[in-house]
Amino acid sequence: MDRRDWLVVGTGLLIGVLAVVLVKLGNPGNMGLCIACFIRDTAGALGLHRAAIVQYIRPEIPGLVLGAFFAALIGREFRSKGGSGSIIRFFLGIFMMIGALVFLGCPLRMLLRLGGGDLNAILGLVGFIVGIIGGVELLKRGFNLGRAQTGTIIGALVMPLIAVVLVLLAINKPVFNAEAGGPIFASAEGPGSLFAPLAISLAIGLIVGFLAQRARLCLSGGIRDFALTKDTYLIKGYGAIFLGVLIANLILGYFNLGFADQPVAHTDGIWNFLGMALVGLAGILAGGCPLRQLVMSGQGDTDAGMTVLGMLVGAALAHNFMLASSPAGPTLYGKIVVILGIVICAGIGWFCREA
Amino acid sequence: MKKVVDARGLSCPLPVLKTKEAIDKGEQEIEVLVDNNTALENVTRLAHSRGFKVATNKCPDGEWQILINRGE
Repeated sequence: MDRRDWLVVGTGLLIGVLAVVLVKLGNPGNMGLCIACFIRDTAGALGLHRAAIVQYIRPEIPGLVLGAFFAALIGREFRSKGGSGSIIRFFLGIFMMIGALVFLGCPLRMLLRLGGGDLNAILGLVGFIVGIIGGVELLKRGFNLGRAQTGTIIGALVMPLIAVVLVLLAINKPVFNAEAGGPIFASAEGPGSLFAPLAISLAIGLIVGFLAQRARLCLSGGIRDFALTKDTYLIKGYGAIFLGVLIANLILGYFNLGFADQPVAHTDGIWNFLGMALVGLAGILAGGCPLRQLVMSGQGDTDAGMTVLGMLVGAALAHNFMLASSPAGPTLYGKIVVILGIVICAGIGWFCREA
Repeated sequence: MKKVVDARGLSCPLPVLKTKEAIDKGEQEIEVLVDNNTALENVTRLAHSRGFKVATNKCPDGEWQILINRGE
């Protein structure tokens, strides 16, 4: 273990603990931090979908982007880069989100669910690994979306500025269409009505974004790097997040081992598996998990910004078209689109090759 | 003959993958060009793990030249 190993392990442990602290302070169960769920809630608050129980501008999301932004500024890593298959990355973001909402969580929440004793997440993890290994095979066969170019500083600032606007909207909660009751919409019940105090959510988002940028934390990268080169750097972060969340859950009495009656989860193993397989595959092709995409979007990577916007649109599509699962289980449409997504992403991986 | 791997502008994990391919082909001396610190760290870690010596030069615009060789 060298200095960088300690950074990723320390970051992972802290994220695990802070996620449980957020649950203690009001966030939904096993959902202290979830990039997919929180972008989805934000999409709902903005009126991009009208699922009434999942509408809230989660301050963690802009916090993560801005935390990464400040870390990149301090580390002199803030740089405008983009133009590597941007529109394809947008669609990878859409599919990454749909897969996550069929499973009910991004890879980070999958670890939080595991550390809370939710055994359904094991099937998600196995699917995630299978999707990643599929993506790695496509990489080895020459998958490449092309080189990114240096862009304008204005382009690099778009995502950090969107983050600032989201924070302002979260604080002021203006209602633009009083007749419709929003936007900004706010859930009266359900997961969207459960949240930690705004300032704490924002602060934890900033801290996690800062550290995740420094440590290059990526939930799909850990398994990928191990499969590709036996490199264990990022996978140490996985272990640390799991350990942190497990210990914090045991101390606070949230640990509940089993399949049934887990918070915001369903027990349909096949679709937990396939949903996360889609996230793993799309994540490898996009160059990082949802958390990593947010972080990179904060450091000037406009392609990652496109992926994040794809995730936002994907969340809206997932709820408008009845693709997202509920604790009752996956929907027929969700199943169809997950299969479609796997086929489309595999096609992207197969056909987008170096000339 | 020094093998050059130009990994500038490529997203994760292509810089590492292309360096690995060069190593697996038996190249003894490889020059890798990257344009971000993450790729610099990842390529350096790979080279060390395969027993290569690593020297890095910082270029303008946040680019790096990574020289790796088997050494003796």
